[in-house]
Amino acid sequence: MKFSDEFEARFAEMVPHYPTKRSALVPTLLYAQDEVGFLSDEVIAEIAGRLELTELEVRNVISYYSMLTTKPRGKFNVQVCTNISCMVRGGEEILHHCAKKLGIGHKQTTADGMFTLEEVECIGACSWAPAAQVNYDFHENLTAEKMDRVLDEYRKKGTQ
Amino acid sequence: MADLVSHPDEVKVVSRRFGLGATDIDRYVALDGYKAVQKALGMEPDAIINEVKNSGLRGRGGAGFSTGMKWSFVPKQSAKPKYVLCNGDESEPGTCKDRLIFEHDPHSVIEGVMIAALAVGAKSGYIYIRGEYRYLSIIMQKAIKDAYAKGFVGKNIFSSGRDLDIYWHGGAGAYEVGEESALMESLEGKRGVPRIRPPFPAVVGLWGGPTVINNAETLANVPHIILGGADWYAKLGTPKNGGTRLFCLSGNIAKPGVYELPMGYNLKKMLFDVGGGIPNGRELKAVVPGGSSCPVLKADEIDVAMDFDSVAKAGSMLGSGGVVVIDDQQCIVKFALRTMKFYQHESCGWCIPCREGTDWLKKTLIRFHSGGGMKKDIDNMQYLAENMLGRTFCPLGDAAAMPTIGFVKKFRQEFEDHLDGKPCPYEKAGAEELAFAH
Repeated sequence: MKFSDEFEARFAEMVPHYPTKRSALVPTLLYAQDEVGFLSDEVIAEIAGRLELTELEVRNVISYYSMLTTKPRGKFNVQVCTNISCMVRGGEEILHHCAKKLGIGHKQTTADGMFTLEEVECIGACSWAPAAQVNYDFHENLTAEKMDRVLDEYRKKGTQ
Repeated sequence: MADLVSHPDEVKVVSRRFGLGATDIDRYVALDGYKAVQKALGMEPDAIINEVKNSGLRGRGGAGFSTGMKWSFVPKQSAKPKYVLCNGDESEPGTCKDRLIFEHDPHSVIEGVMIAALAVGAKSGYIYIRGEYRYLSIIMQKAIKDAYAKGFVGKNIFSSGRDLDIYWHGGAGAYEVGEESALMESLEGKRGVPRIRPPFPAVVGLWGGPTVINNAETLANVPHIILGGADWYAKLGTPKNGGTRLFCLSGNIAKPGVYELPMGYNLKKMLFDVGGGIPNGRELKAVVPGGSSCPVLKADEIDVAMDFDSVAKAGSMLGSGGVVVIDDQQCIVKFALRTMKFYQHESCGWCIPCREGTDWLKKTLIRFHSGGGMKKDIDNMQYLAENMLGRTFCPLGDAAAMPTIGFVKKFRQEFEDHLDGKPCPYEKAGAEELAFAH
């Protein structure tokens, strides 16, 4: 299993920060997922081996964290917050708008593999609601029109 | 990058360097950065703890426990290494303040962790940032690297002969991890399931060593207290509630944003003067004063001083500083439902009252809101929530139960308006189909 040099450098730097190897597990999984797209069997086996854990122990951790996934996602993961601060400012309408525009529902991926849609819990953008994250980028004070522009930009980026 | 706001009533302590480019270490130093830790290096540990105790600083994560007191619980002698852990898992719905601190003033958090470490005799500090805040963990990683390069952190800090390491750590999506014992589990590479206490983290914490855990805003206040003095800081607030607070105004308010106001600032004034009131010609219905776990206040209950003790007296909590405003076009049953969906999603499943309670409440509220409610459901929801209180290892069960009790007690009429198969009086046409399986 081959990761990028950047991943390897980060991993090598991170592990000695802790008295136990296992402590590096959660951030390592997220960085691995960022590279591969999801936590495949191969990735899980590799990380388990490196941190001296069983694959089951790693899977047990993966299933707890909402950002970690063992299923492939689209190139861009559109995460729309509908929690209270966003809800009272139209977060559900934004989610619904994305669903209609992309033709997919919660945790589904478009046929071209471009977008996955996800209804998420509070992302810490309450004062700039309604908000969404596409991968790690925040998009705030959303309207349906603004959301359209955001999705169009990502589509353009994804086809380049 | 989140937009900044300002208001003349603000008293800027933690937000003093916001927008001033203080992510740059030289700029931070020019703005009095890393002076406090150098002062602390010349102080006895007990003197640092006393200064923080006397400042009246209380935990900004939500519980409002005296920070200095917390530090004093750490044993002086310990066979195992001691640790400081900064909680930047900020996930309480309505709360977006630590985000601004990390974005604009990351070194203040590092400096706060360092001072806490000097006070309790720790040689390592960890700054845990939630996984969604990737851009902030990048900012923090650079800040730590710069601090090492200057010799402020690492071996022989400020040529004092003392060693102190600071590390960052990232989460991967979990509200529960904001609870201190679950936070430690997560940092140790496990599921964020809470630990049984006692022993408390101050005695047995990270990797078995005594550990101080403080919220990012709490720690960012510490350098200002050391430099400005406990008396100055205490006087900014109200008795036993020192300093200022980052209040996150959100929801149906004209000027949402994060404002730094003195502890004890009047909530009504906060909504109508600072926040500009309720937009779109609507009226105020209710406010959740401190993040989603705090019982709701009705429109006629908002003449309250926003400090821990006054809000508690008013029957709610100051919590995490997330002030969520609800106007008269919002349905309280739906608001209660969305709140419960969150807690059900985030419950780790360890304790039965929380795991089953949140699920039953969510299911009841879904059925209730869609017109299938029965009169006895209203009392049952309250009874169920009341029986979750205090029966779980961590406060997530309470956090789910308390707002539910508040909604049912204070807005019983709205629940009754949903009975007998009547459609939700607030529902916009076609909105029901918005409900996703979550």
